[in-house]
Amino acid sequence: MAKSKVAVIGYGVSSYGSLSPEVSYKEMMYEACSKAYQMAGIDPRQDVDSFVTASEDFNEGTSIFDEYIPDQMGGMLRPNQTIAGDGIQAVAAGVMQILTGRFKIVAVEAHSKASNITDHIGLLHFATDPAFTRPLRAHPYFLAGLEMRCFLSASRNTEQHAARVAVKNKNNAMLNPLGVHSAKIALEDVLASEPTFSPLKKLEQSKPADGGFCVVLANEKMAKKLSDKPVWITGIGWCSDSYQPERREMSWPEYARLAAEMAFRQAGIPKQKNAFRIAEIDDTFSYKELQHLEAMGLARKGESGRLLEQGAFDIDGELAVNPSGGSLGCGHLLDAGGLFRLVEVLRQLRGEAAGCQVKDARKGMAMSWRGIPTATAAVAVLEV
Amino acid sequence: MKRVAIVSAGITKFMRRAQETGRELSFHAANMALKNAGMTLADVQCVAESTAPDAFDGVHMNGEYLSDGSGGWRKPYLRSYVGGGSGVFVTIHGWYQVASGMFDTCLVVASEKMSSCHPHPQAAFLNIFDNFIERPLGCNLLWIFALEMNRYMTVHKIAHEQIALVSVKNKKNALDNPAAQIPEKITVKDVLNSEVLAWPVHRLDISPTSDGAAALVLASEDVAYKYTDKPVWIDGVGWCLDTAYWTNKDLYYPRYVEKAAAMAYKMAGITNPRKEIHVAEPYDPFDYKELHHMEGLMLCGKGEAPKLTEKGVTQRDGDLPTCPSGGLLGVGNPIAASGTMKVAEIFWQLREEAGERQVTRKCQTGLAQAWGDLMQVGTVVVLRK
Repeated sequence: MAKSKVAVIGYGVSSYGSLSPEVSYKEMMYEACSKAYQMAGIDPRQDVDSFVTASEDFNEGTSIFDEYIPDQMGGMLRPNQTIAGDGIQAVAAGVMQILTGRFKIVAVEAHSKASNITDHIGLLHFATDPAFTRPLRAHPYFLAGLEMRCFLSASRNTEQHAARVAVKNKNNAMLNPLGVHSAKIALEDVLASEPTFSPLKKLEQSKPADGGFCVVLANEKMAKKLSDKPVWITGIGWCSDSYQPERREMSWPEYARLAAEMAFRQAGIPKQKNAFRIAEIDDTFSYKELQHLEAMGLARKGESGRLLEQGAFDIDGELAVNPSGGSLGCGHLLDAGGLFRLVEVLRQLRGEAAGCQVKDARKGMAMSWRGIPTATAAVAVLEV
Repeated sequence: MKRVAIVSAGITKFMRRAQETGRELSFHAANMALKNAGMTLADVQCVAESTAPDAFDGVHMNGEYLSDGSGGWRKPYLRSYVGGGSGVFVTIHGWYQVASGMFDTCLVVASEKMSSCHPHPQAAFLNIFDNFIERPLGCNLLWIFALEMNRYMTVHKIAHEQIALVSVKNKKNALDNPAAQIPEKITVKDVLNSEVLAWPVHRLDISPTSDGAAALVLASEDVAYKYTDKPVWIDGVGWCLDTAYWTNKDLYYPRYVEKAAAMAYKMAGITNPRKEIHVAEPYDPFDYKELHHMEGLMLCGKGEAPKLTEKGVTQRDGDLPTCPSGGLLGVGNPIAASGTMKVAEIFWQLREEAGERQVTRKCQTGLAQAWGDLMQVGTVVVLRK
């Protein structure tokens, strides 16, 4: 496929926090969408041709959640759909709709009301295979512990390297208004924190947060007409490896490599080195950031930890990785995580990232992973 | 925009399939569709999958769970849904994946495993209602159908006998469908004498709960003839969601189906659907719904669908055959899979491969439609050979 001509012309973020008793999920959706429409200068009732949300029934506590899209997004009696996937996958659906030529503007929404879920782990049990994994009655995060052990022993990275990811991201988040789990911490603090699923430690696991996100996509003509600062989505890719943990290569996230390969091919990026100035990538667990950097070719196999140590991934480094603070600093947002990362890249490319602003950011990428127990990732390449 | 064709279809038998998981059902349907096209997974560039409420089989992120069975391994795999409208919608989803130019081929799979829900999948439907206003009432999905059926009958002065004809027709049509769960020779009297579930809905007015899967292979105009000599083109797609506040609208007419149909007709260049659609699969989870949807699809005027049915126009040898497959009333209703089954039936009808089920009249253009959510969703595809 040739370089796609789809742009983001507006984004919105709702009230945000580790808890949000002041708003319902409906109000959260409404707020994020209203802000995005306002930035794009459009009226959803006339101007938006299609609406897409990313949501999962069990996270919402509502079956067939698509029922509650149209009223909140202003999409009543128009095309609406749900992607049971990550926010970036929902953006992919919007991009493809625009590329058919039959849709000019598409709005994409995702939100997390994680604080409504009383038993996250109980819920995750239901995501594991009912015949093979669930009967083990193990805390599903054991998969993260196993995977981290495999990854560290197969690569040259160490537990210290993984801990450094948490240090970087939690400190970066100090500069971000969304940094609800930010902390001024040092390497010793992370290493001394309680081992949870050894070698994983407590401060290396992201904690949940609540927030709603919306982006408005437009075709080339509308983007140029409506926006002074369109951000172009030049590549988008997604991929699922086997759902069965025992059938995956634990040390190497092939799903991330394939998703990135698809997005980079579309964007015409033959060599990942120095291609981007900024990357917002999945860091649900500390080691995941390193694993994903290597799988996507942003660091050579086994070298991500050393580069991190040298400061290459700091806000002022060669490639700023999670300058927002990522999930470790801003919280884990369920399937809204991808849209959070995409919005953080948008803010950087539009020069609106305030304290976390990376200098001369003209090309960036966002990458999400759907979390335990999945092997699904999505990648978007963004340019101004 | 690339023109997109359906080149192959596959289906499992619809029934209670306690021995198989949802991923096995997906595999059976996907495998049949691929084999029919002489393809392997290597020919498939992406997979579009659909299954609706996870509550049925209690698997969170059910799309991920089904991915291996649907052929999504290490591929761009995406699950979409719009409630009961999902089965037709996933065809639209596959359409835009290919029409965008991003992929040449797409495997579309829809599956549903309802039998694992105890004591009855109806209980899972409580969770589709609004958590503040409606759920505390302990709602049952049948109630809202009963309200809608009653409203439809009252506004147009329709007798239950007229509506029951749909159930009689579809269950009879299903006798020729090897995938059917409850094909039966029944009479209007049987329907009226069956148990009242929520007046005016009787047991034989309703489709059963089922397990099953259906699959399609889509290909762009560039490669379609590589896989078949008789591609069936997706020339029109439309979908629409109405408000979730169903109590605020008049239930006698599905305006969301009209909007979805108008979108699909515009794309397909259809101005007179009654003349230009030759065979149709309107969504029939309840017998009155087929009539309701025929009106929403503008295949007849408001309140006229019962008359067409009485005259035999919608029989297989009629001028506008509807649900020649046997529909949900006869074949069964594994939610997402049933919509895809309807698309597959139109595909077979247009290719004149429906065997005993083949309609008498010549068909160039056909239509499949599904409905879903709280009287909210209309999804429509127009197919041409």
